[in-house]
Amino acid sequence: MADPAIAIVGAGPAGIRAAEALSRHGLSAILVDEAPKGGGQIYRQPPDSFQGPASSRYGFEARKASALHLTIKRLATAIDYRPSTLAWNVCNGRLDTLCAGRGESVVFDILVIATGAMDRMLPLPGWTLPGVYALGGAQIALKYQGCAIGQNTVFLGTGPLLYLVAYQYAKAGAKIEAVLDVNPAHAKRRALFALASSPRTLAKGIYYRASLGTHGIAVEEGVTPMGIAGTDEVRDVHYRRGSVDKSVRCDAVGLGFGLKSETQDGESTVSGVYLAGDGAGIGGADAAELWGERVGLSIAARCGRRHDASRIAKIDRRLARLARFRAGLERAFPLPLLGSTLPDDTILCRCESIRVGQVKDAIRAFDVVEMNRMKAISRVGMGRCQGRMCGHAAAELLAAETRQDLAAVGRLRGQPPIKPLPMPWPGTP
Amino acid sequence: MKPSPLAQHSTDEAAQPRMVRLIEAERARLTFSLDGAPATAREGDTILTAVLTARRYLAESAGGEDTRAGFCLMGACQECWVAVDGTRARACSTLVTAGMSVATGGHFTVG
Amino acid sequence: MTGHAVTERLRVDVAIVGGGIAGCSAALHLRRRGLSVCLMEKGALGSQASGVNFGGVRQQGRHFAELPLARRSREVWGRLPELIGTDCEFVPSGHLKLARNEEDLAALERYAADAAEFGLELEMMGRKRVHDEHRWLGENVIGGSLAADDGHANPRLLTPAFGRAARAVGADLREFTPVVETERDGARFRVRCATGLEVSATSLVNTAGAWGGEIAAAFDEPVPIETIAPNMLVTEPLPSFITRAVGVCGGDVYLRQVARGNVVFGGGDGWADSSLERSRPSSETSARAIERALGLVPALQSALVIRSWSGIEGGMPDDIPVIGFSSTTPNLIHAFGFSGHGFQLGPVIGIIIDELVGTGASTSPLGAFDIGRFHGAADLRHVSAANPEQEGAKR
Repeated sequence: MADPAIAIVGAGPAGIRAAEALSRHGLSAILVDEAPKGGGQIYRQPPDSFQGPASSRYGFEARKASALHLTIKRLATAIDYRPSTLAWNVCNGRLDTLCAGRGESVVFDILVIATGAMDRMLPLPGWTLPGVYALGGAQIALKYQGCAIGQNTVFLGTGPLLYLVAYQYAKAGAKIEAVLDVNPAHAKRRALFALASSPRTLAKGIYYRASLGTHGIAVEEGVTPMGIAGTDEVRDVHYRRGSVDKSVRCDAVGLGFGLKSETQDGESTVSGVYLAGDGAGIGGADAAELWGERVGLSIAARCGRRHDASRIAKIDRRLARLARFRAGLERAFPLPLLGSTLPDDTILCRCESIRVGQVKDAIRAFDVVEMNRMKAISRVGMGRCQGRMCGHAAAELLAAETRQDLAAVGRLRGQPPIKPLPMPWPGTP
Repeated sequence: MKPSPLAQHSTDEAAQPRMVRLIEAERARLTFSLDGAPATAREGDTILTAVLTARRYLAESAGGEDTRAGFCLMGACQECWVAVDGTRARACSTLVTAGMSVATGGHFTVG
Repeated sequence: MTGHAVTERLRVDVAIVGGGIAGCSAALHLRRRGLSVCLMEKGALGSQASGVNFGGVRQQGRHFAELPLARRSREVWGRLPELIGTDCEFVPSGHLKLARNEEDLAALERYAADAAEFGLELEMMGRKRVHDEHRWLGENVIGGSLAADDGHANPRLLTPAFGRAARAVGADLREFTPVVETERDGARFRVRCATGLEVSATSLVNTAGAWGGEIAAAFDEPVPIETIAPNMLVTEPLPSFITRAVGVCGGDVYLRQVARGNVVFGGGDGWADSSLERSRPSSETSARAIERALGLVPALQSALVIRSWSGIEGGMPDDIPVIGFSSTTPNLIHAFGFSGHGFQLGPVIGIIIDELVGTGASTSPLGAFDIGRFHGAADLRHVSAANPEQEGAKR
């Protein structure tokens, strides 16, 4: 296969760097991206009417963001770049896409899935109330639209993004009522050694955390979230710290527990299909850029193109170092097992409004041990998002109810269209 | 979870829109139609931003159990679908254009 | 096939291969008769044709050979709660079969007259009446016939519910247990599984769906079975308005609305690989089914399709299943190849299998389904249905 048809899904850090590496080796790819402009979620570009400098939007990462934006701008003329295009199905070497109501099928020999990450969500009582947003969504409101998600915001969850978004909100002048981290401070101290493998990143994290104090924002670590209260929208966040029940008044909550891959239907074991970046496993934007380039170089090598072995070795060394840092983050911000302790009346599946108790009943009534059977019986994951929001918590719940490992319960199978499509569907010329 | 006794609507708060413009708020204005009434947005607003800087919620949940105001803002949760000019669009990933007609309250009529 | 070491031996009265609706219903009824039963299913119960189909509980439009069975099964549908503890969301909404041209309308009238002989009452409706009573129908509908006690149900629940009921009375149902060999062992059968299970049984029941042909072939009675894959779609929840289960002459589209409001519809074929491992909906088929659904129910315009799916089903050249005793091997019973319309029949198929095992005969007429009809025919694809009006691979 000297000149294969290559399709890349996702024009974030990984997808753009993969396309660039391929282009450098004389290979052209079709780069499909749902967003109108390249950059992914982390380096998302605002609409044209926003004129402010990159530094105000991306902070310390402005240089990297601008470099990536420049790369996609340059590539746009050299490759087949298709922005505002949803890839909604992949089957038998064919990608079905939709752009401005027009359908097109892209036939490929090689597919790179670089679909990035989204917030890892855990349900809480009240998490469907208007005013509760995914943490990443809260960040997008600010950097893509210049808006805060509410008048008085609480950030709740865990992970580096919790502090970063709070910092960005504070800097932009938003009113923050509290930052509540479910992980205790000592978890972070214990992880310091591993985190020191990327000292610059660590220093930034410490800076974000410290500057919250400077802005007079209360940060509480080691909290147990009890729920978000309100009748028809967010009014309070209830939590417990030690043996003390506390609450904080607010009208918006940014909720997130780290990141998870946004890969529906990715089958990395299929020959000719490559996963890259956070869509394959969470590593962050720097790792995603390297990973994307690495995949591009692997494909070039496979197609018999001359490639730079020392560059590959260098990328692999850097990826290994970033992996150590990532392992440190996992230790500093472990995902709490909330899924198995939720009250029965908590909504688990946001789309179908299915409560924890209903799912438990279904598991018991039909001796369910596997995720897709749980979906079939209880409808969890059958709604418009196909389990993107609740899949993780549902798996935790099933694992706990059936005393299995999380991995043993399997994962929800995505079905086409991976995102809803209005009727009629476009033809596929 | 039971609603907190503190969680009462106070009229002054209810009057405020959900989202707060902090950065580059003064972009050019454009008008569109929101549920049949004239509304104003800023150039570059998504439908979601335009609606939530005007009021506190977007639309009903998929099954009509309660109201929602978007959630992930990145096209993953699928909670912000609305009707736009006779078809459908996700409010968080569709920019408002001048004269656009947006309906949030059920796109659906029989006959 | 000797590569699997035997780690567990079972001796039972009846071994059942295939845990779809027919197999699970058979397990329940055989066990209730007092026989010991082991059912082996390569995946989860009801994960192929039985679980992924449209969910039509339909007598109307069936091949006349199937009508007596369908009549009897409908009676079972009415008492599912007492039988298996749930109604599986069965809604006797009536099934409306629509004509989009005069020729189809004439065919419906002929079918209705003949169906009456089998005790199935169909109500013919002309253009005015069908539109007056169903204001959501599109202009291309010129009439239809209504089977008032047909309806629809949730296929994801039916087979697991029969399986649960069978287990509750002591049937041994083994999921994720692929059968690798079935053979005669003196007067008994021996069934070997990839898991190391070996079952010795007096009777063997073949309810293996699309895989049923392999078992028949193992007993020297190959059949021209082919793989078919339904192509199903579902919309977001919509306000309730589609009051009937709906089909059309020709069967190229069918739809129903569930209690939550989602409209489930299908028509045409998905894709299945030849090794029967994977199936997927087809984008082209989906686009066509959507167009036809919009023609039938214009109000669906701009509704969101949130998911599509497929599964693997066995289709026979004459579009009716194989049901009955083997022509080569005593105590072997087949019930497979339901050709895309086994869901409604499923509950009664288990009862019929139980009759065959327990008494050597069924009270239902099974002659048309005899496996012997394929003997000696190298290629039987041309065998035509006895009544051309039937809906073919309609689920």
